[in-house]
Amino acid sequence: MIIELGHYALVLALATVIVQSILPLVGTIRNDRSLMAVAPAAALAGFLLVLFSFSVLTFAYVVSDFSVANVWENSHSLKPMIYKISGVWGNHEGSMLLWLLILVFFSALVATFGANLPERLRANVLAVQGLISTAFGLFILLTSNPFLRLSPAPAEGKDLNPVLQDIGLAIHPPLLYLGYVGFSVCFSFAIAALIDGRIDAAWARWVRPWALAAWSFLTAGIAMGSYWAYYELGWGGWWFWDPVENASFIPWLAGTALLHSALVMEKREALKIWTVLLAILTFSMSLLGTFLVRSGVLTSVHAFATDPTRGVFILAILVIFIGGALSLFAFRAATLKAGGLFAPISREGALVLNNLILTTAAATVLTGTLYPLVLEALTGEKISVGPPFFNLTFGLLMLPLLLAVPFGPLLAWKRGDVFAAGQRLFAAVGVALVAAAAVIYAQSGGPVLAYFGIAIGFYMIAGSITDLSLRAGIGKVAGNVAFRRFIGLPGSAFGTALAHIGVGVTVIGVIAVTAFETEHVVEMKPGMQVEAGGYTLTFDGMRRGQGPNYSEESGHFTVARGGVTVTDIWSSKRMYTARRMPTTEAGIRTFGFSQLYVSLGDAMADGGIVVRVWWKPMILCIWIGALIMMAGGVVSLFDRRLRVGAPQKARKVKPVLEAAE
Amino acid sequence: MMRRLILAFAFVLTAFPALAVNPDEVLADPALEARARTLSSQLRCMVCQNQSIDDSNAELARDLRLLVRERLKNGDSDEAVIAYVVSRYGEFVLLNPRLRGETLLLWGAPIVLFLAGATAMVLFVRRRGGKPTGTPLSEAEKAELERVLTRE
Repeated sequence: MIIELGHYALVLALATVIVQSILPLVGTIRNDRSLMAVAPAAALAGFLLVLFSFSVLTFAYVVSDFSVANVWENSHSLKPMIYKISGVWGNHEGSMLLWLLILVFFSALVATFGANLPERLRANVLAVQGLISTAFGLFILLTSNPFLRLSPAPAEGKDLNPVLQDIGLAIHPPLLYLGYVGFSVCFSFAIAALIDGRIDAAWARWVRPWALAAWSFLTAGIAMGSYWAYYELGWGGWWFWDPVENASFIPWLAGTALLHSALVMEKREALKIWTVLLAILTFSMSLLGTFLVRSGVLTSVHAFATDPTRGVFILAILVIFIGGALSLFAFRAATLKAGGLFAPISREGALVLNNLILTTAAATVLTGTLYPLVLEALTGEKISVGPPFFNLTFGLLMLPLLLAVPFGPLLAWKRGDVFAAGQRLFAAVGVALVAAAAVIYAQSGGPVLAYFGIAIGFYMIAGSITDLSLRAGIGKVAGNVAFRRFIGLPGSAFGTALAHIGVGVTVIGVIAVTAFETEHVVEMKPGMQVEAGGYTLTFDGMRRGQGPNYSEESGHFTVARGGVTVTDIWSSKRMYTARRMPTTEAGIRTFGFSQLYVSLGDAMADGGIVVRVWWKPMILCIWIGALIMMAGGVVSLFDRRLRVGAPQKARKVKPVLEAAE
Repeated sequence: MMRRLILAFAFVLTAFPALAVNPDEVLADPALEARARTLSSQLRCMVCQNQSIDDSNAELARDLRLLVRERLKNGDSDEAVIAYVVSRYGEFVLLNPRLRGETLLLWGAPIVLFLAGATAMVLFVRRRGGKPTGTPLSEAEKAELERVLTRE
C-alpha cells in the first residue's frame, strides 16, 4: 500500500510541476500577479511530494520489500544498512528519482529564499525549473518507474553490484547530482532573463552563488568518484578519461568558466551575453552527461539501438531544452544590453582568457568523447579515443591557463599592467624554482617536464599567497595593521586564493604520481620481500574470512623501513555470494601525502600469489587539492558583501546566500 | 557508473580479478619491457570498456600483451609493432587515434575551436571599441541630475 502511495505522490508531483511551469509563465505574459504567485507554492508542493515518493522507495529498500521489482533487482536482505540505503540510487530508476528530487529541491530553495527577487524574474525562473522537472518526471513515470511490483514477491533479492557496495558510492552520486542539477538554476535564470529581455545587477548577484554552490558540489563529487575508483577498482588508477568521467568533467569545466564570467558580470556589468550563453551551455552539458550515462549509448551503439526507449526519451529532452534554449538565445540575446568596456590587458581580459581556454578544453573533451560514437553512426568505422589523446590535448590547453592564473587577481579591473603583475610574481617564481630544485635533489632521474610541472604547481600556490599578502599590505605596513587588513579581506579574495592554491596542489599530485610512481609485479610466497618507495614489504601469508554477504581471502604484509617495522597492510579479494562476483579490496597505507598500494592477483599453482605493489608519491595531493578548491568555493559563497539582497528593494540587507546551501 | 558495471561483468568472465601484467609475461630485458608497457598503454583491450591492455585482466588483453612482447623480442620497432597490431585488429585498437582523414576533425577541434574563440573575441572587442561603457542615463535621469546640480 505504502509503495502505491509513493507512486501516487510521484504522479501528483508531476501534475504540480506542470502547473508550476505553465501558470507563472501565463502570469508574466498577462502581468497577472496572482498567477505569478502560484510558482513558489507549486515548487514547494512539488518538492514535498517527490521527497515523500523518494522516502517511500528508501523505506522499501530498508525493509527489503522484494515485491518491488527495483528493490529485488538491487538489494539483498543481508546487505549492511548503509548499502541498502545507498542502493536506492545505485541503479537507473532510483538514481533518476534522486535527480528529480534534487531538481525540485533547488526549485524549492529558489521559492523559499527568492522572496526579494523581482516578481517576474522569480516566476519565470520557477516556470523553467518546472519545465525541466516535468520532463524528468515524465521520463521516470513512462520509462523508468521504480515503483513497479512483482507478483508473487521473490523471497530474496539479487543484491547490489558489489563494486558499488562501498561508502564512496553512498556519497558520490548525490554530490555529483547536486552539482549537475545545481546548474539548472543558472540555466533557469538565463532563460528567464532571455524571456524578459533584461538582465540587471540582481540577476548577476543571484546567479553567482548558485554557480558557486553547484560548482563546489560537482568538484567534491568528481574528486570523490576519482578516489573511489582509485581504491575500489584495484589497479591504482585515479582518472581514466572514461566517457562517464568525461560526462561529469565537461560540465565542471564549463561551470568553472561560468563562475569566472559571472564574476566579471557581477563586478563590472561586462560579458552579460556570454554569461547567459555559458549558463545555458553548462546545464546543457549536465543534461548531455545524463544522456550519455543513462541511455546506454556509451556501452555500445547497438545496445542503444535494441532498447532505445530511454535513450530516445532523454535525447528528446536534450534536443528540446538545449535546442529551445539556444534558439531563444539567438532570438533574444540582442535585446540584452552589452555592459562595461575593458582593455585587453585587465582583470576582465584575464577572465576572458580563462573562459576561452576552459570552454575550448570542455569542447575538446566533448569532441573526444563523442567522436567515436558519431563516426561509427555516420561511417560505420570504429575508432577509439583514449587517455593518450586527452592527456596531450587537455595538457597543452591547460599549460597556458595554469601559467596565467596567478596573474589574474593581480591585474586591475578595466586596465591592468601585466609587467607590474609579473614583477610581483618574482617571489612566486623563485619559490617554484627552489621547489623544483628540491624535487630534483630528492627524486633525480625523472623527465624534465615533470620538474617543470611541479614547479608550476608551486608557482600557483605561491602566486595566490602573493595576491593575499599584497592585498593585506604585508611588508608595506606595520605587522599588526597588515594582520588586521588580512583578517578583514573579503571572503571572495580568500575563496579565489584557496581555489587557485587547490589547483596548484592537484597539479603537484598529478605530476608527481605520473612521473615518479613505481610499480612492482611479483609472485610471492610467505616470507618473501619486495621493496617500494623505500619501504620493505614482507608477505606473511593468507587468511580466509567471512563478511555479511561475501567471503574473502586476505594477504598480510609487514611494512618495514630501514629494518624497523612501521606498519602492516591487509589486502583482500572478495567473493560476493549472491552475484558470484569477485572484487579486490586493495591494501592502502598512507605516509604523509604518499601511499603504498597493495593489490592481490592470481594464486599460482605452486602456492605463490601474484602481488602488485605501487608506491604512489604525493597522490593524496590530487584529492586534497580538489577539497581545497571546494573550500574556496564555500568560503566565497559566504562572502558578506555578496549576501546583500537585490538592490532595487529599499528593505534592509537580507541574507540571500543561505539559499545556495 | 556504467563503466564500473561493465567492469564488474568483465570480472565475472574471469575466475578471479587477475590484474593486468602478470610476472610470467614480463620480459627479461628491462628496456624492452619498458617499451612494451608504453605500447600496451596505447592499445585498447578489445573486449573491455575503454581500458588499455596494460590495465585489463581479460584473456584477450593478455594475448595481445604477449603478442606485443613477442614482436619486440623479434626486433620490431615501436611503429612496426603498432602497424602490425592495427593490421590485425583495425584502427579501433589504438587509444591514440592516428591523424588521417577520419580523425582530422578530432585532432583539429582543439586548435580550430581555440582560434575561432580568440578571433571572435578580438572582433568583438574591435567592434565594441570606442563606445561608451555602461548604460547611458535616461532623459528623466538627466533632468533629475540637472535639477540637483543647479540647486547646489
